[in-house]
Amino acid sequence: MFSSRLFNILIPVISVVMGLIVGAIIMLSFGYNPIEGYVALWNGAFGNMYFLGETIRQSTPLILTGLSIAFAFRSGLFNIGAEGQVFIGWVAAVWVGINFDLPLVIHVPLAILIASLAGGFWGFIPGLLKATRGVHEVIVTIMMNYIALHVTNYMIRNVLSENGDTSERIKETASLRSDGLTELFGYSQVHWGFIIALILALFMWFLLEKTTIGYELRAVGYNKHAAHYSGMSVKRNIMMAMIIAGAFAGVAGAMEGLGTFGYMYTHASYTNLGFDGIAVALLGANTAIGSVLAAILFGALKVGALRMPPLAGVPTELVDIVIAVIIFFVASSYIIRWVLLRFKKGER
Amino acid sequence: MDNYVVEMLNIRKEFPGIVANNNINLQLRKGEIHALLGENGAGKSTLMNVLFGLYQPEKGEIRVKGKPVKITDPNVANRLGIGMVHQHFMLVETFTVAQNIILGSEPTKAGAIVDLKKAEAEITELSERYGLRVDPKAKIRDISVGMQQRVEILKTLYRGADVIILDEPTAVLTPQEIKELINIMKALIKEGISIILITHKLKEIMEVCDRCTVIRKGEGIGTVNVSETNVDELASLMVGRDISFKTDKQAANPEAVVLSVKNLEVKDARAATMVKGLNLDIRAGEIVGIAGVDGNGQSELIEAITGLRKVESGEILLNNKPLTNLSPRKVTESGVAHIPQDRHKFGLVLDYPIGENIVLQTYYQKPYSKYKILSFKNIYQHASKLIEEYDVRTPSPRTKARALSGGNQQKAIIAREVDRSPDLLIAVQPTRGLDVGAIENIHKRLIEERDKGRAVLLVSFELDEIMNVSDKIAVMFDGKIVAEVKPEETNEQELGLLMAGSNKAKAGDV
Ligand SMILES: Nc1ncnc2c1ncn2[C@@H]1O[C@H](COP(=O)(O)OP(=O)(O)OP(=O)(O)O)[C@@H](O)[C@H]1O
Ligand SMILES: [Mg+2]
Repeated sequence: MFSSRLFNILIPVISVVMGLIVGAIIMLSFGYNPIEGYVALWNGAFGNMYFLGETIRQSTPLILTGLSIAFAFRSGLFNIGAEGQVFIGWVAAVWVGINFDLPLVIHVPLAILIASLAGGFWGFIPGLLKATRGVHEVIVTIMMNYIALHVTNYMIRNVLSENGDTSERIKETASLRSDGLTELFGYSQVHWGFIIALILALFMWFLLEKTTIGYELRAVGYNKHAAHYSGMSVKRNIMMAMIIAGAFAGVAGAMEGLGTFGYMYTHASYTNLGFDGIAVALLGANTAIGSVLAAILFGALKVGALRMPPLAGVPTELVDIVIAVIIFFVASSYIIRWVLLRFKKGER
Repeated sequence: MDNYVVEMLNIRKEFPGIVANNNINLQLRKGEIHALLGENGAGKSTLMNVLFGLYQPEKGEIRVKGKPVKITDPNVANRLGIGMVHQHFMLVETFTVAQNIILGSEPTKAGAIVDLKKAEAEITELSERYGLRVDPKAKIRDISVGMQQRVEILKTLYRGADVIILDEPTAVLTPQEIKELINIMKALIKEGISIILITHKLKEIMEVCDRCTVIRKGEGIGTVNVSETNVDELASLMVGRDISFKTDKQAANPEAVVLSVKNLEVKDARAATMVKGLNLDIRAGEIVGIAGVDGNGQSELIEAITGLRKVESGEILLNNKPLTNLSPRKVTESGVAHIPQDRHKFGLVLDYPIGENIVLQTYYQKPYSKYKILSFKNIYQHASKLIEEYDVRTPSPRTKARALSGGNQQKAIIAREVDRSPDLLIAVQPTRGLDVGAIENIHKRLIEERDKGRAVLLVSFELDEIMNVSDKIAVMFDGKIVAEVKPEETNEQELGLLMAGSNKAKAGDV
């Protein structure tokens, strides 16, 4: 019999392979050369230091939104609100970046901290409503996403600029970029945020698996009744899970504000970082390490896709199909499980 | 000459780290009720899951009506006419009875539309034929456990089963419901249906079964004709030693009052008052058994004491300190332990390893954690000790609670609660689903706690257990204690009457 741990590793791997195969079939049937297409994709993601830097840059916020969703999910909650929490974290980080004059060692951490608090607050509201009123977090977080979008746009126009579409730039002391790093990675937009994301992934793993806080959160996620029976406060844990999940997503916003862009601009619609985070968490089986790996994969696919039209003539949308197929297979892991078991039986 | 409908020959089934079945033979005759007996974790559910196609055996042969078959999944089992009612039901709570029964084999009209009318008619017909009273239109969450079980049985009949496996069907039923189930089984075999019955209650085997196959620690021991055996022989076959059914104990030495419940009023989830001005005292060094028909407020009383349900009015005192409406954590810390009635809902986090379930109330204390960091070393050390002491059979303390047999899950909960040696130990149906050896062991533990000077509150629907273990019996009816009697001074008939609410005269002099 396959152990469940092996399943948890096999399912995402097989899903990714299936995604790539289906992508190849689609390329073939539309008359493109799939080998050329994937070579272009690979080179576009890892071909030189510039592309590698871009892949890292793209993966950074995805790791964090992935962690956000995975963390909530392990506590039995579905955080659709990462999208809005990203906006709030972004605007908060940029606000700190613009309005304070501090040395770098204080300015950057302060901006990230405020972003996490802001994102945490955005998660706290649905957490509070769920805990005290039983309102489903999915509904509230979706509404919070709209509010976040419009609140940040208002902030940019009225607080962070004078009626402009972009905020002022953050001070140099609040930036996550550094000249050395930029130069090393061929003048890509890479920044130190990747390290922060990795540290936070480690933090999430430690918190969930090694502490009494994680023990409670997971117990509540698995079985609320047993958690209540054994003296844990289900309400407090729901709120805490949403705050921490929101904080992760808030830091994802800070990565965009302090690293990639250095400012914030008005958005007509969502960044999709939060929604892609759902896919990341799903592919990563809601674990910290899984989210990191899945985020790097999606980051590479998205960045590499940009090289497919010029080099292989394949439209970038193909990568969206590949990602969709991967998600489809992960979500229908039941099918893979079934096939594997059949396969195993056939052997005997 | 023998006309076997199902034969399982030399079956072997392994799980990581454990051989759950080895060399087991079971031959089922047409129209018989065949008992499957064995200790907790002996491998009964596993064997039946093999027959039902949920597990694939490593070795052995299965024959149905003489033909060798490979049962690769439950659909194959259904096609072969084998149906199973699991130890823990598998019904969709928000669906109606009829919807649950047809789920997966829905009758359709015009090729696509589910014909619920037709299904309901068929179900009514089936239920009349076998005396399985159900209301096809009721939602599962609104009906009693007994009726849910009848729905499960109907589900198998609806799929055309002529072999029905019942995995510990009586463990969750009240005595009245058990009588009803026995009648149903008798009606089923009259129609030529064959039944495999798993139960730990030897009396039931003696009453309804034709033959009994015994397994011990995964090994097949043999099959006996029930008419040629007796309860003691069955018990020693299954455990491998003699078992005493009457619990020995010294007379109680009651001391100061530990738990005092005064004029308690509690409502249930639908806001109906279930505990109506109840008074009860339990002293250190005594076991008080609450006897009563299910649904007379016992659950609400226990939940109120343990902080799981709000007290509307009245007072609960523990060692003269108020306990009313404290949080479950505060209640636990004041010295109350609680073996809950529903082990899957309250007692365990099934996806946690059994070892981590053993510190479910104490994980935040030293030595299991320090500065909020868990010490898995200390947790597992403690868990291993309890697993050993209470004979919880598990491949390892790191095995998920879900993978333990039902009875061993229960033993783990009991180990956890009794080990804290609290001032007040509340045990609700503590031996539900346990084998006779384990029951003996648990009863001994309860008496040991009493002898250490703890107060024990026992709630059980089994009068045997109440009569055997308690020092004092409090009869609960309609949300009140209507009588308090000594077990030596009463009998099952009198208790039965009191529990039914008659004999009001006696209630007056409490
Ligand atoms: N899915 C599983 N994975 C690993 N081990 C299992 C699994 N299911 C059962 N076991 C182990 O197999 C053994 C037999 O379990 P089984 O559930 O068949 O016992 P049982 O006879 O039905 O006991 P009970 O009377 O307590 O229900 C136990 O030791 C149990 O821990
Ligand atoms: Mg069992």
